[in-house]
Amino acid sequence: MTTTETTGTAPAAQPDGTPLLHASGVIMRFGGLTAVRNVDLTVNSGEIVGLIGPNGAGKTTFFNCLTGLYVPTEGSVSYRGTVLPPKPHLVTKAGIARTFQNIRLFANMTVLENVLVGRHTRTREGLLSALIRGPRYHKAEARSRARAMELLEFTGLAGKADHLARNLPYGEQRKLEIARALASEPGLLLLDEPTAGMNPQETRATEELVFAIRDQGIAVLVIEHDMRFIFNLCDRVAVLVQGQKLIEGTSDVVQSDDRVIAAYLGEPIATTEGDAGTDAGTDGATDAETDTDPDGGSAAGEQENDR
Amino acid sequence: MTDIPTTAAAEILGTTDPFAPRKDPFVTLPLPAARALTLLGAVATIASTFMSWTYTTDFPGDLTVNGYPGGLQVITLIGAILTGLIALGAFRVKGLAWLVPSRSNNAVLLLAAGTFATTWYTVIAIAQELGGLANLDPGGFVAAVASLALLIGALALPIDRHPLEQPDADYYELGRFSENGAFRGTWAWLREARLRHSELPVADPRKLPTWVQYLAIIVVAAAGLKVLTYGLATGYTEVFVGYLILVAFTLWSFSAAGLTRQFSQITTDHRPFAMIVGVLAAIAYPFAQNNEHWANLGVNILIFGTVALGLNIVVGLTGLLDLGYVAFLGVGAYAAALVSGSPYSIWSGTQFPFWAAALVGMAASLVFGVLIGAPTLRLRGDYLAIVTLGFGEIFRIAVNNLDGVSGPKVTNGPNGIAQIPDLSIFGYNLGDSHDIGSFTLGRFANYYLLMLVITVIVVLIFTRAADSRIGRSWIAIREDETAATAMGINGFRVKLIAFALGASLAGLAGTVSAHVTYSVVPNPYQFSGSAPPNSAFLLAAVVLGGMGTVSGPVLGAALLYLVPEKLGFLQRYELFAFGVTLILIMRFRPEGIIPNRRRQLEFHEAETEVPAPRAPGDGAVTAGQAGA
Ligand SMILES: Nc1ncnc2c1ncn2[C@@H]1O[C@H](COP(=O)(O)OP(=O)(O)O)[C@@H](O)[C@H]1O
Ligand SMILES: [Mg+2]
Repeated sequence: MTTTETTGTAPAAQPDGTPLLHASGVIMRFGGLTAVRNVDLTVNSGEIVGLIGPNGAGKTTFFNCLTGLYVPTEGSVSYRGTVLPPKPHLVTKAGIARTFQNIRLFANMTVLENVLVGRHTRTREGLLSALIRGPRYHKAEARSRARAMELLEFTGLAGKADHLARNLPYGEQRKLEIARALASEPGLLLLDEPTAGMNPQETRATEELVFAIRDQGIAVLVIEHDMRFIFNLCDRVAVLVQGQKLIEGTSDVVQSDDRVIAAYLGEPIATTEGDAGTDAGTDGATDAETDTDPDGGSAAGEQENDR
Repeated sequence: MTDIPTTAAAEILGTTDPFAPRKDPFVTLPLPAARALTLLGAVATIASTFMSWTYTTDFPGDLTVNGYPGGLQVITLIGAILTGLIALGAFRVKGLAWLVPSRSNNAVLLLAAGTFATTWYTVIAIAQELGGLANLDPGGFVAAVASLALLIGALALPIDRHPLEQPDADYYELGRFSENGAFRGTWAWLREARLRHSELPVADPRKLPTWVQYLAIIVVAAAGLKVLTYGLATGYTEVFVGYLILVAFTLWSFSAAGLTRQFSQITTDHRPFAMIVGVLAAIAYPFAQNNEHWANLGVNILIFGTVALGLNIVVGLTGLLDLGYVAFLGVGAYAAALVSGSPYSIWSGTQFPFWAAALVGMAASLVFGVLIGAPTLRLRGDYLAIVTLGFGEIFRIAVNNLDGVSGPKVTNGPNGIAQIPDLSIFGYNLGDSHDIGSFTLGRFANYYLLMLVITVIVVLIFTRAADSRIGRSWIAIREDETAATAMGINGFRVKLIAFALGASLAGLAGTVSAHVTYSVVPNPYQFSGSAPPNSAFLLAAVVLGGMGTVSGPVLGAALLYLVPEKLGFLQRYELFAFGVTLILIMRFRPEGIIPNRRRQLEFHEAETEVPAPRAPGDGAVTAGQAGA
């Protein structure tokens, strides 16, 4: 009947701290298609880790395995040393929050309500206390609202708290998804292409936002196609190609790896002799970005359909 | 800024914004002439109702008297007066401008159309029923011509309409039809003729003095009661049709005028007061008319509306399609009947007090709700719809067979449990008539008041649950179940709570329903039928009224109950008519008569412009096409 603030979800902001998330040997098969092949990944507290790879590499699928939306065919995911059950709500409760590649807001709820839904795991009032509305209920509700408003301030959406989510411009919808995810007071935030469809300014702002999130002691694992964004931001980058982890390391290591460039140019992974320069690599990235646009189109199209 | 019509501004700038709203008349006349014609038409129509419209008194309602309007003439009169007032308001006449806060002539046009429709309906009905135009008095012709002038005048006013379509625009939404120019041309005029007034800026009613806001709530509640009792009192189908036409157009016109938006803002700001006034108006209903038939209608509407409200938790808030919901009403009714002390009950000796019977009814429905919900709510998709549809039928068939012959003797099969004694609460026997002052409360009036208490409880449960952590999680699941679970919501648990709560509220209504009807039989508890309490009608009430709202399902229930009751001639086509209505509603107003959650952006005209839904959409659409 009371709100329980989670304890211990705000570790100190120190990169390369203790392992937070540890995925080992994750395999995801859809019938004959193996979308994720034996991927290991560790995210330490206070870290920003990037996950890149061409379209269809299995990045989103890997996220879904981490968050319990898919039950991995093999392998396990543990968070703070305990193995996570493959149920999305339990994963969120444990402290992992996420956003979606194709924005999945609660379109007909207000911006504030969207964030309040994110508080679900951190509050406990059930139906009875909602019907009785005792002082405890009001206190918990007020605290949730205050926290939600804080998050809206943090993401710069406070002025639009009463707007319907579907009426927000595209960039703000992405921000709202992040605010909603943060409302669950996560220790680790998974962002799936947070800047897809954004203009350069908005991308820059998102970069700042991700740094600010990390400074609050929340580790971030981010999928992105914008190479500049990734290499500016990430302490470590892992590259996924055809479901396999190709390489993992610091930005410099990954940036100069020939196989990565080759993969972005669409050459077979095995051939490592690619002599394409960094220029070509950026081109590849731009291509990949354009490819994701139909997604953005459909999301905004839905939003347009409101009348 | 907002005073300059956008089209004019665009002309000045020499550009045409294809999506700009426009203000064009349907009929070309100089503006002063159009205004004069509208007002003249209204005055002439008012005058015509004081003349005789027909020679004989054969036509229902006495339309023969000179100098005193009767029957349908009263409806025309009211329509014409309202049109005149709204027109003066729309023309910004001092003192009346507040009537049309949106400044839109659409309000005038809609009321003029309503007045025209009722008047012409009357004239045509007279001619048709009495056999020819010869039966019309000059007054009838005057009325027809005057209301036509009124309509033409209103059509010549600048009307807020949908933007013009670019001749070369690419109608991607029409898919392969986009190549077909003829098809496009055929319907373009119709699309362009549509009125568009929902986004017009409206003055914020919160700036009004508080007493004015309270007064507005009281006046609207009193007027609502008056209009409702007037409609019920209409003795003839013809009058009721005229009444329905005028009420529908008036409400539409008020929404075009922006009054509805202002009023809903006022009620949200003063919710407790609005609820109290609403309840008082509902209590006044059996006193405002001393007629047991209407009181009976009132109880049935309340029962139907309450069950629809329970279903609204399941369908409207949580988005679960329950096609057998009426079975829970049946479970409650049978449970209450069994412990009512009826001689036909298997426990004929036991007679529970009402509160205990109500709890038994709720508990029984709750158990069934959990039994049905637990296995199916784990699955996504349409399983629930199929299982509940099956459960609804199983319930009816099972009760039919638990008669001691085909199965154990519990429900007496098709004969049901009869002779259910009347309730007695604190020594007040609901079966007897009671005199209160000069008013007499009959049996149905008593039950009406009891049911009103239950409706208020259910409304409180609905609103409190909807605006809480659990209610938000229901809505989140309705909006996007995957995202909801990813936000930490245990989908199964939350859906089960919604389902069980909905079921027990239906059970609660069932306990009263059992006593009101004296007996409980299996027949009404089926998927679809021609009389209201069946699953299809309940669903229709929710969808028609407005999913997720409180007043929507109650209004939907009232309409679904009243229209067949009053329009006897529809009897045979009733189901067909409902089907057509539902399809039309789903196509043209999917949010129902009373839309949910639209107030957010309505009073922001000064601070921020409405975020143009087009701007991001456009770019994205282009990108989508490029990608496709
Ligand atoms: N639910 C599913 N069923 C079958 N195939 C799937 C499913 N989800 C993803 N895939 C496939 O897995 C592959 C990886 O997809 P995805 O993870 O979305 O790639 P990315 O996010 O890296 O662009 C694709 O080939 C996709 O078609
Ligand atoms: Mg992806």
